[in-house]
Amino acid sequence: MFKKQLISLLYQIGALLLAFGVVSLILLSVGASPWDAYRNMFTGSFGSMRKFAEVLVAFVPLLLVTAGLLATFSSGLWNIGVEGQVVLGAIATTWVYRFFLDSGLPPALIITLAILGGMVGGAIWAALAGVLKVFGGVNEIFGGLGLNFVATALTIYLIFGPWKRPGVASMSGTVPFPDEFSLPQLAALRISPWALGISLVGIVVIYFLLQGTYFGLRLKAVGKNFRAAYLLGIPTWQYSMYSFLVCGALAGAAGAMQVAAVYHRLIPSISSGYGYLGLMVAMLINYRAVWAVPVALFFAGLNIGSIQLPILMKLDSSLSGVLQGVLVLFVLLAAGVRQKFSKKA
Amino acid sequence: MNVELRNIHKHFGNVYANKGINLNVPSGTIQGILGENGAGKSTLMKILSGFIQADPGGEIILDGTPTVIQSPADAIHVGIGMLHQDPLDFPPMRVLDNFLLGQSGGLFPNRNAVAQDFKRLAGQFDFSLDPDNYVDALTVGERQQLEIIRLLWLGARVLILDEPTTGISASQKAKLFDTLKKLAGQGMTIIFVSHKLEDVENLCHRVAVLRAGELVGETQTPYVTANLVEMMFGKEITLGERQPAKAGEIVLALKDVSLEDVRLRIKNVNLEVRSGEVIGLAGMEGSGQDLFIRSCAGLVRPVGGRILLKGRDLTGKSYHPFKREGVNFLPAARLEEGLVPGLTLTDHFILAEEPRGLFIDHAAGQKLADERIKSFNIRGAPLTPVESLSGGNQQRAELALLQSPLSLVLLEHPTRGLDIESVIYIWGKLKERCGQGASIIFISSDLEEILQYSDRVLVFFNGEVSDPMDASKTSVEQLGQLIGGKGWAGKGEADV
Repeated sequence: MFKKQLISLLYQIGALLLAFGVVSLILLSVGASPWDAYRNMFTGSFGSMRKFAEVLVAFVPLLLVTAGLLATFSSGLWNIGVEGQVVLGAIATTWVYRFFLDSGLPPALIITLAILGGMVGGAIWAALAGVLKVFGGVNEIFGGLGLNFVATALTIYLIFGPWKRPGVASMSGTVPFPDEFSLPQLAALRISPWALGISLVGIVVIYFLLQGTYFGLRLKAVGKNFRAAYLLGIPTWQYSMYSFLVCGALAGAAGAMQVAAVYHRLIPSISSGYGYLGLMVAMLINYRAVWAVPVALFFAGLNIGSIQLPILMKLDSSLSGVLQGVLVLFVLLAAGVRQKFSKKA
Repeated sequence: MNVELRNIHKHFGNVYANKGINLNVPSGTIQGILGENGAGKSTLMKILSGFIQADPGGEIILDGTPTVIQSPADAIHVGIGMLHQDPLDFPPMRVLDNFLLGQSGGLFPNRNAVAQDFKRLAGQFDFSLDPDNYVDALTVGERQQLEIIRLLWLGARVLILDEPTTGISASQKAKLFDTLKKLAGQGMTIIFVSHKLEDVENLCHRVAVLRAGELVGETQTPYVTANLVEMMFGKEITLGERQPAKAGEIVLALKDVSLEDVRLRIKNVNLEVRSGEVIGLAGMEGSGQDLFIRSCAGLVRPVGGRILLKGRDLTGKSYHPFKREGVNFLPAARLEEGLVPGLTLTDHFILAEEPRGLFIDHAAGQKLADERIKSFNIRGAPLTPVESLSGGNQQRAELALLQSPLSLVLLEHPTRGLDIESVIYIWGKLKERCGQGASIIFISSDLEEILQYSDRVLVFFNGEVSDPMDASKTSVEQLGQLIGGKGWAGKGEADV
């Protein structure tokens, strides 16, 4: 057992080294020093308290999305629609805010309602993908992808239509809410401890849900063998729907955090691609919840660290995306190679 | 073309599918290959048509030349074409496109010239196929016709047909037989694989019989049916001591149940199964017994009639309502349908129990697993993933998952591929359940098993269902004849 884990770890490390190797080659080919690039990315993300706070700002939605995806992956579903579910979470949160802003209710209550509203919004959008899958026979990858485009279009429509700023609508989004309606932030830092707490609660809940409950075990059974799960008496399509709802609610919470803790309004690219990035994290950790926190933190660090690259080295900040993508590819490749290897043995 | 097979061996693991087969088929012959399921017919034909390779030492000799066939493309290149039981075509494409697919060379096929060839060949055999029709709109018989002319067009001089008369109409069968006779007259070699005695007797010039991987005999027309049955199923049968059931209350009642799938139609089955009774379903694979057993579990919805369980009408309900009434279905494909690969034995036992609260009590689950592993003699640990158990232990695990109380167990091939020790053990466990009042319906291709453990037997042939027969008064020979489609007095072969 221990030996198995060691071999697994060696494969993962090998994949990591290969990924950095390939990206280094790319950097060398454009005449940049890989060492400088990696050093700048590191200091850009972990170099100061302020920068680390930025990393945590990115970490919060990423962790929530990853937690949600662990539920759908467990039930064997590829919830590509998670990106749209983040967006709908943000839209629903904004809607709740707008609805209660002048109601005179205490801000803490409105914030709570707004976040819950975001979770419901995400869950509804996920349920749409689920209904398409279960009752319409539409593969969740295609259904989810379609719904993502609809979600983006809906954001733009709201920003330039019904929710536009007084005067001229603009890409900078809707009118920001007054400060007291935001989740409280640490002094001088952009990170809200509340948001961080919510994301950690999200992953812990998912961990126990998948490890310790009948619900989690049944989800896994459905994901690993739909037919056998049905014959064992598990209501299979219902469990597929439940996993969509759980994932949608967590993705919706990620959207809610973007509105309530970061931007204080709805902006066109409110999800910042955290849905897709979450898919990569979930694949990278091979659906094991314990690894979600360090890997999501690492990915968030890459994202924030690469922001410095255009200024310092005239490199595009999409380098972090390249590194993340290559890393996932190599980890999957390592898993494939390992499987082939162990079959022969 | 003369086809000669010399010393063909093929083993999968330690199971021999073919053992030293020698067969000589001269040009212009229709050669029948007869045998029960698992006798090695398909393996032999797959070797000849390049799907798999024989073990080293065997030879395929075509017109006196030893030939190596490494793929189906090789086979058709040397003139051997195989017609599979499920036609290997592309349903969402047009007939003519399917026809074109196997052709090599040319980025842009000359569709007009090919269409001409197609019409000429179709006309030659009087097949009415529309080249612009889509394949999924064709009947099985028409797809067969398409496949035959496609193989001929590709230059086949040896035609292998695997169970070609399943799922086609009587008129299509007559046309098929005419076509095959015509082709043989032109010097083609036809190899006709079947388990249907009548078809083989009507069509083939000669018959070779396989049993348990060996060629047990060859005979020529005219045939003696009894001889063929004896060769197919063997003769020495030792019936052990039987345990007749005490007739209890009626558990399952089928009233005029009719079932349908793409190939078969089963009409108006009536059956009453009593508590503690064991019903064996015999028949070649795909004769309707799988459809029948799944309908008793709510997995296949009948197109007519009613299904009553302990007097309650469950017609049209799905499996879960059946399961709540104590019906459990154990599929033949254990890792595909019965168990969840990737989960441990403990996980399975927990899943099969009613959830108590939200959180799983892992300690209790472990204890449950320890108990079940011990009482069902499973060679595995509580944390062993089910896919790493042996077949026999997977089957025991499935039995250990049966719920309590239980009114009806439906099993597909409960002991297929298991060693004799496991077989005896598993039937011991099942009979225990019968003693507690459960009824059993099971499918098996092992006739001895059927006669040994059933109280009554139903034989399936091409969608026809026999009246229930008393297992203690039935012999393997009788069953063999019925399975091969002989002796269906008054119940002639169905025209599907």
